[in-house]
Amino acid sequence: MNQIFKAQVFRAEWRKLRRPTLFIGTMLASAGLTGLVTSLLFLLIDSPQGNSDRGNMISRDILQLPSGLTIGFSNAAGLLGIVALCVFAAQTAQEYTYGTLRNLLVRQPRRLQLLLGKYLSMASFAVVMVILAATVSMSLAFGLSGKAKVATDAWVTSDALHELAKTFGNVLLSVIAFGTVGMILGLLLRSPISAISLGVIWLLIVENILIAVKASLGKWMPGNLMSTIATGGTSNVSYTHAISFTAMYLVVGTVIVTTLFKRRDVSN
Amino acid sequence: MSNLAVAVQDLSKKYGDTFAVSHANFEVPMGTVCGFVGPNGSGKTTTIRMLLGLISPTGGTGEILGHSIKHPERYLASVGAMIEGPAFYPALTGRENLNVLATLGGYGTDHVQSLLERVGLGDRGNSKYKTYSLGMKQRLGIAAALLPNPKLLILDEPTNGLDPEGIQEVRDLLKSLAQEGTTVFVSSHLLSELELISQHLVMLRKGKVLFAGKIEDLFLAQQPFILVKTPNEIDLVKIQEIATSAGHKSTIRSGVAHIEGPAEWAAELNKSAFAAGITLSQLSPMLPSLEETFFEMTGDSE
Repeated sequence: MNQIFKAQVFRAEWRKLRRPTLFIGTMLASAGLTGLVTSLLFLLIDSPQGNSDRGNMISRDILQLPSGLTIGFSNAAGLLGIVALCVFAAQTAQEYTYGTLRNLLVRQPRRLQLLLGKYLSMASFAVVMVILAATVSMSLAFGLSGKAKVATDAWVTSDALHELAKTFGNVLLSVIAFGTVGMILGLLLRSPISAISLGVIWLLIVENILIAVKASLGKWMPGNLMSTIATGGTSNVSYTHAISFTAMYLVVGTVIVTTLFKRRDVSN
Repeated sequence: MSNLAVAVQDLSKKYGDTFAVSHANFEVPMGTVCGFVGPNGSGKTTTIRMLLGLISPTGGTGEILGHSIKHPERYLASVGAMIEGPAFYPALTGRENLNVLATLGGYGTDHVQSLLERVGLGDRGNSKYKTYSLGMKQRLGIAAALLPNPKLLILDEPTNGLDPEGIQEVRDLLKSLAQEGTTVFVSSHLLSELELISQHLVMLRKGKVLFAGKIEDLFLAQQPFILVKTPNEIDLVKIQEIATSAGHKSTIRSGVAHIEGPAEWAAELNKSAFAAGITLSQLSPMLPSLEETFFEMTGDSE
């Protein structure tokens, strides 16, 4: 294992990830987005326009279930995923634009070790981000439950704890999948702006247009599948389908970019 | 263990139909300072990238510290390098940038401050890299190259952007590293910069090695000459006749006669000129610079 994973690559990457503008900025963005989604869920509970994404209505009865505590958190997973995609893409592609990749490879010439260490450190960054988002979302849910007249008795049961663990795991998987897409795009395009633009435009615009035109395409669109993982499956896309096809997309993408990364000349 | 720090045989890199480096052969003995010189675009950086495992050669072989360049992981822990100028994270401080590389290489961060001081950045280590001048960035690049306490130091144009004082400091640093036993392989497009510190030279032009060996061998190839000026330019023609009759080639350029010949012959020329009634306003025995000798050898006057 030590041949494949070097802790020093992981620690070196964290030295970059923990710089205040990146760390605090990303955490604030994650907390803010999750807080916004959760707040709207409770504050707009009686709104005829709906209180969830795309005008969906999540009723008081659903929110009072053991899973109600984490609905806001899981609804924000897509946005957390976009944040992760941006961070992973930027952290990867900037090594090309700054020219720092050559320094890294001189100090760590085993390219796959470098890539793996970098990936694991960013994945751990995503874990911190998701923990913070979950904490903010659940705190707001408890805080706003009174105003929204949502009973919280079921939120403090063992069932709720089980739901929390399940949702946390699903959201984390989803966010790391989004991040992996970001890293793949970063390695392919070697430019943070191009990688982030392409990723965000595809996930937020292109996929939505395609699914609006033909709803069945939702079963094959990577962004939709990754968001489905966070919610544990939908009526249109099962959890197993979402996990299987997301894994397939990511494996294919990862094989392509690791092969390129291992063989490509570093000439910038 | 070989006593060569670098040895390459027929090393080549081809992009499409063009050779960036063509069948390069050279050696760098351990413990020496070796200058790697050639005009911009001659293939220096491409060669260095091949030596560091950043790009794959199209052909040929090479060894660094006794290990094949096909396995850079076997020797890079003992090699420090700065390639094609410094490259760091702008939002991190100089110290943090070095810490990233020290952690990555597994060297620890204890000696980062002493390295910053060694390159003259002791008091600017906590400033962000993006606030550094070009010279400071270059110094940070050299500090990063010194992180592994290298047996072999490879520096690509390390004095770019430095002021004369900074250039002198880099020269002194390289000399002191060589005295400590570090082999230094340093590239520049300015031969005059390298002749002061190098014992060996590798000269590259259009991807081909034109000279590789001891710098004394290049000095031996230097042809001395004598510069002569007269108050009356017509007398220069007579001077040329005197030189030719004594078997020395000469040319007249910009009102000055350039006569090929050793310094000792200047006295003879002075005597002959006096005898012919010619007054000399200048009589200067000269040696061409290594750069001029290089161009003479390569037949390139560019």
